[in-house]
Amino acid sequence: MNEVHAAADAAQAAHGAAAVDPFIFAFTVFVLAVFIGYHVVWNVTPALHTPLMSLTNAISSIIIVGAILASGPLEQNLATVLGLFAVGLVSVNIFGGFMVTQRMLAMFKKRR
Amino acid sequence: MVAMAYLAAAVLLILALKGLSSPESARRGNIFGMIGMLLAVVVTLQLKQVHNYWWIFAAMAAGGVFGMFVARKIPMTHMPQLVAAMHSLVGLAAVLIAVSAFYNPEGYGIAAIGGGLKVSSRIELFLGTFIGAITFTASIVAFSKLQGLVSGKPLVFKGQHPLNLVLGIVMVGSGIAFCVTQAWIPFLVMLGIALLLGVLLIVPIGGADMPVIVSMLNSYSGWAAAGIGFTLENNMLIVAGALVGSSGAILSYIMTRAMNRSLFNVLLGGFGGESAAGGATSAVQRPYKSGSAEDAAFLLSNARSVIIVPGYGLAVARAQHVLKEMVDALIKQGVQVRFAIHPVAGRMPGHMNVLLAEADVPYDLVEEMDEINAEFADTDVALVIGANDVTNPAAKTDPASPIYGMPVLDVAKAQHVVFIKRSMSPGYAGLDNDLFYMDKTMMLFSDAKKACEAILQAL
Repeated sequence: MNEVHAAADAAQAAHGAAAVDPFIFAFTVFVLAVFIGYHVVWNVTPALHTPLMSLTNAISSIIIVGAILASGPLEQNLATVLGLFAVGLVSVNIFGGFMVTQRMLAMFKKRR
Repeated sequence: MVAMAYLAAAVLLILALKGLSSPESARRGNIFGMIGMLLAVVVTLQLKQVHNYWWIFAAMAAGGVFGMFVARKIPMTHMPQLVAAMHSLVGLAAVLIAVSAFYNPEGYGIAAIGGGLKVSSRIELFLGTFIGAITFTASIVAFSKLQGLVSGKPLVFKGQHPLNLVLGIVMVGSGIAFCVTQAWIPFLVMLGIALLLGVLLIVPIGGADMPVIVSMLNSYSGWAAAGIGFTLENNMLIVAGALVGSSGAILSYIMTRAMNRSLFNVLLGGFGGESAAGGATSAVQRPYKSGSAEDAAFLLSNARSVIIVPGYGLAVARAQHVLKEMVDALIKQGVQVRFAIHPVAGRMPGHMNVLLAEADVPYDLVEEMDEINAEFADTDVALVIGANDVTNPAAKTDPASPIYGMPVLDVAKAQHVVFIKRSMSPGYAGLDNDLFYMDKTMMLFSDAKKACEAILQAL
């Protein structure tokens, strides 16, 4: 978990410096997160590569945050309708992805 | 407060992936993932700019019920298709969110002073939209190939690559025009071309290269999520997207390395098409030995140690359960049985492991190529079920072979080799396999499931 702390520290340091451009800040987080992903994923055992894909699929559905924000405004128009549609689509992935991952992982058993 | 909760959610998502380092910790990891996701959703819902709760709940319930239904019912042999289908949903959702943000930038707080979008937001929208759109249609094509809705054969036509290049240039050009003018026309042109490109990029790629493609689309869906994160200036989305993006990229790398090909070579497509199948095999008919299931059962039950090499043929025949029964019968007779898994066996990374786990094969009997390759020399019988190219010794010995340099399982070093195969037809790479003609090899021509049933009967 050292990488996480490093990322958090770096993120805070970046925030502390008053004049940091928001894009540079976001990009810093992005690059550090890629490094975390790189290290974490190389440690995944090859036997679990299929659950890894279904789990990452569920995780990328985190864009539901964006979909909820799109559906949120009181004034309803095309933008909110598209947002709601997106909420429905990624909900399939979130519920389906985590569940099918759990179902697969439950099958991996050691010799009795 | 909101930022801290998002940070906690991001950490939980990292812990979810970290859990997958071993089967014991994996389920706990998945739970961390669920908690992280729940936290992110709850925090977002309570933001003061979010209304329309009932509509949002209804959309979540509709999608969630459908997702859970599919997750419960889907057979494990269909996992590659399911994953491809899910990638397409992420891609489409990213596009919808981007269009919505462009239509109503005030909703996201990304409007420039005096109306319109900030320049940085326009660039991020452009990137998020085209990556999402390519992910969407490319995944649909991959899904159709895996599900058998369209032929798994590569579709190659003249001028394919120049056409893609021109389309790519026009797409980037329209994207730049959008960033400058913020007009709908270049945005929609860019979106349309990206959707078309997604299809065109995947049609020339054959079925057995799908492990690479599914991994690559996994990566794209992550980058698309990170792109949306940049647009919304939300670090949690950026972190989650970057995790998924690098995960998919690593899987693609592992897959291409296991085929000794570059990602570029896979993307060019056409591998294993008709042309490749024609040339190599038209040589003289060579003699081979074929045997019955009884012969195979005799060999297996007299062996001390057996290594089973499963391939896509096992998945097609859905033979994993009867194979497990056969293995149990052998173990009962005192035979040591293990499984050897090639990284690209099947249609997605880890496909064989999941099938064997579904059939209740303990995971400590299932070994990766690097762990078990040295053991073939000490093995009495290597039983190859529905695999071919991953055992071909030409990859080591014949520099002229298209698969030269690809790491293969050293099946040839075992005392005896039994191939369960439907016919003498060559594998995906369109290559003949010298193993078939060796003295110690016995061919058992049958569907994988029927063969395992017959061997089980004879044991």
